[in-house]
Amino acid sequence: MSGLTGTGALLRFALRRDRVRIAVWIGSLASLYLYCVFALAQVFGDTESQQARAALMRSPASVLMTGPGYGLDHYTLGPIMANELLLWFILAAGLMSAFQIVRHTRAEEESGRSELLRAGVVGRHAPAVAAALTVLIANAILAVTSFAALVSGGLPVADSLAYVLAVALGALVFGAVALVLAQASEHARTASGVTVAVLMAALFIRGVGDMEQVGGSALSWFSPIAWSQQTRVYVDLRWWPLALPVVFIALLLALAALLASRRDYAAGLINPKPGRIDARASLRSPSALAWRQQRTTTIWWAVGFAVMFVAVGTYIDSIDSVMSDVIANTPVVADVFNPDDLTGAFVRIMLLFGAVAAAAFGISAIGRARAEEVAGRTELLLATPISRARWLGAQLAVPTLAAAGLMLLAGLTFFAGSLTVGVTNPGLVEYVAASVAYLPAIAVIVALAAALYALLPRLLPTAWVFIALGLVEGMFGDALNLPAALRWLSPLHWVPNPIATDGGSWLPLLPLTALALALFAAAFVGFHRRDVPTS
Amino acid sequence: MLPIEIRDLRKSFGTTKALDGLDLTVQQGEVVGFLGPNGAGKSTTIRVLLGLLRSDGGEAKLFGGDPWRDAVALHRRLTYVPGDVSLWPNLTGGEAIDLLARLRGGADPTRKAELLERFELDPTKKARTYSKGNRQKVALVAAFASDAELLVLDEPTSGLDPLMESVFTEYLREAKAAGRSVLLSSHILSEVEKVCDTVTIIRAGRAVESGTLEELRHLTRSKVMAVLPGTGSVGEARVAQLTALPGVHDLTAEPHTEGLHVVFDVDHEAMSGVLTALGDIGVRGFTAQPPSLEDLFMRHYSESNVEANVEIGSLRRDRSLELPTSTQTTDLDGDSGQP
Repeated sequence: MSGLTGTGALLRFALRRDRVRIAVWIGSLASLYLYCVFALAQVFGDTESQQARAALMRSPASVLMTGPGYGLDHYTLGPIMANELLLWFILAAGLMSAFQIVRHTRAEEESGRSELLRAGVVGRHAPAVAAALTVLIANAILAVTSFAALVSGGLPVADSLAYVLAVALGALVFGAVALVLAQASEHARTASGVTVAVLMAALFIRGVGDMEQVGGSALSWFSPIAWSQQTRVYVDLRWWPLALPVVFIALLLALAALLASRRDYAAGLINPKPGRIDARASLRSPSALAWRQQRTTTIWWAVGFAVMFVAVGTYIDSIDSVMSDVIANTPVVADVFNPDDLTGAFVRIMLLFGAVAAAAFGISAIGRARAEEVAGRTELLLATPISRARWLGAQLAVPTLAAAGLMLLAGLTFFAGSLTVGVTNPGLVEYVAASVAYLPAIAVIVALAAALYALLPRLLPTAWVFIALGLVEGMFGDALNLPAALRWLSPLHWVPNPIATDGGSWLPLLPLTALALALFAAAFVGFHRRDVPTS
Repeated sequence: MLPIEIRDLRKSFGTTKALDGLDLTVQQGEVVGFLGPNGAGKSTTIRVLLGLLRSDGGEAKLFGGDPWRDAVALHRRLTYVPGDVSLWPNLTGGEAIDLLARLRGGADPTRKAELLERFELDPTKKARTYSKGNRQKVALVAAFASDAELLVLDEPTSGLDPLMESVFTEYLREAKAAGRSVLLSSHILSEVEKVCDTVTIIRAGRAVESGTLEELRHLTRSKVMAVLPGTGSVGEARVAQLTALPGVHDLTAEPHTEGLHVVFDVDHEAMSGVLTALGDIGVRGFTAQPPSLEDLFMRHYSESNVEANVEIGSLRRDRSLELPTSTQTTDLDGDSGQP
């Protein structure tokens, strides 16, 4: 088929170009497998702790973030891996696959680089097929290494095989979604962004479906993530649900090929329409421009936050009843979890998730300041009578205020959701207080990204370490038995929870606020001194 | 108080010396050409002048002020067009022009409309759909719509077609007539020849030549093309006679319908002797080209720097493709020196 000419060369090129990138993804995921297998086996080594863990996993908040709950009655290492971690491995491998696909298809096309290639002896479908093969190879390598990790932890071979296949197929579904969106959308950012939104929707749909009953409801099956989880791996293995992702991937690939053969080079499905001849009167300052640049993304994030937290809020009334049943059946749980504080724990986990997401939004928005500078647009503005402080102020204010706004929105919509099911305790004030408590910690992470951008722009991506740390520490800190020094490094670790009965002290918020201010100040001083652009 | 005054300016990036003792001056109301190939340090100089880069040594003054410390105040008096304009992808060209103008204090809408029409730019398109030339036009419209005292233009016509280049030249002349000062960095020599009062040639971060076009032309040779009668041994004797003349260089001869077609370079002071000799021979056709800036440029770069040679080589090819009519051809009564 002439449409595929050159695929082999492009594939080799992609693997060569991304050898470090792919190795880092696979290396970190494989190490995580290994760590989980051994750490979980140790932490949940006896029946008592396994039962306590299983009880916690029955709570709606846990269900939303884990799995359908197979094997909770005999909750050993295998079922823990399947119920709690399968989802996160699919998420991580899915993001890797989706970003990799967009990077080698639409991003190349948008930048004009693939125009050079396509002018050579390269078929129309070759870049997309080469990208898909790259992702297939990366997932295959991950499957082999993670299989070895699982088996080395003493887990059954057949189930481990199903596990790594379930992760690979789940990830490839999102790779295929990205491939379709890369054909449909004119811009790489849109393609990646919508793929992430699809991933989040898949996560959320199965979460809501699984909350309805243990083992999942009909709704769960609308999520590709559930297909992998429904193999009941390590509990009562069945292979047939894995046929669903295979068929779905085939359909998506066919759709992508159809779209690709019908569109022009560099075009999307929607043609751009003419815009304004003159700018609105309000577009007359660096901050107006920064808001204009970030507006669309910010609004979509806000919509996502509102939808998610209203939905989460509607579950607040079922926490107590679900957990009371659990405690009645398994009295040992009451020793571990204060029965009066179930709501507090639920709210804490959900708001932590919101805080991590808001801080991630902040870092990615500061990454756009860097993109402005690298593209040469900062230079264009700094050549006008705009001071560096004013430009940087605008670039930092929008992400910082938007991240804070998202966090407050989380608390407000959480309360709104709980109101719809008639729960007024905790009240609005408590929710707002709980959200506000996160603001200094979010500000520290955003300010750290700002300081890195201003002082050592090349190191800006290291700010993401604190997102990963915040998530892992907050959600699995106890389960993975992380060392205290590492937990203290996460700014989110210090945040009190006014809704919990033992919510912790508000005192750490003072040093957190001071740290955030110091980092912002460092950003302004550093940016005032350095060359623009600094590569 | 000169618009631009640079003395012994130095700037390094790591171990690379981008500027190594550069001198450059722009007088009030003067259009200064700033010539050099890619990597010579033109953009670095301009970025230091704009207060974007901090100099490592020497002195750079903009209207007598410090470009790093007084950036904001000084920027009220200048406008800048970069060589590779990058625009906000989700803004239309019209919006970008308005934004840049407003940050400088606002622009006249009629002037903007006129410029858009002259540069044939559709302002309703999103910047991400613009070609390089169109992005360049956006920055040019924003610059010419302002009434800044100083225009800092960094290879402003890269990506423009010859028609648009002439529109650009026209507006540049208008700015000059209005008494505005201009620093025009370029490697398109014909563009500089058309409008600049003085020229500074930069090589490896230092000014190697600086002066008015007339002054610089004294430093080089004119190119002469002539048709001589006679073939065979007669022709050969005449070629030998010419080659032997003082100040004649690089002579080549080819058969021609009326005899021999010869091409050679002549030192300025030897021109009169050459003309006498040609008159004695009974020359049939004659053309002399005054030294173009390109020749000046070539001489400065072809002497030692092999890398620069490659660059200039491609430059010359580009130019002969783009602008076949740009070299000036003058006959005997031109400025190549009649005896």
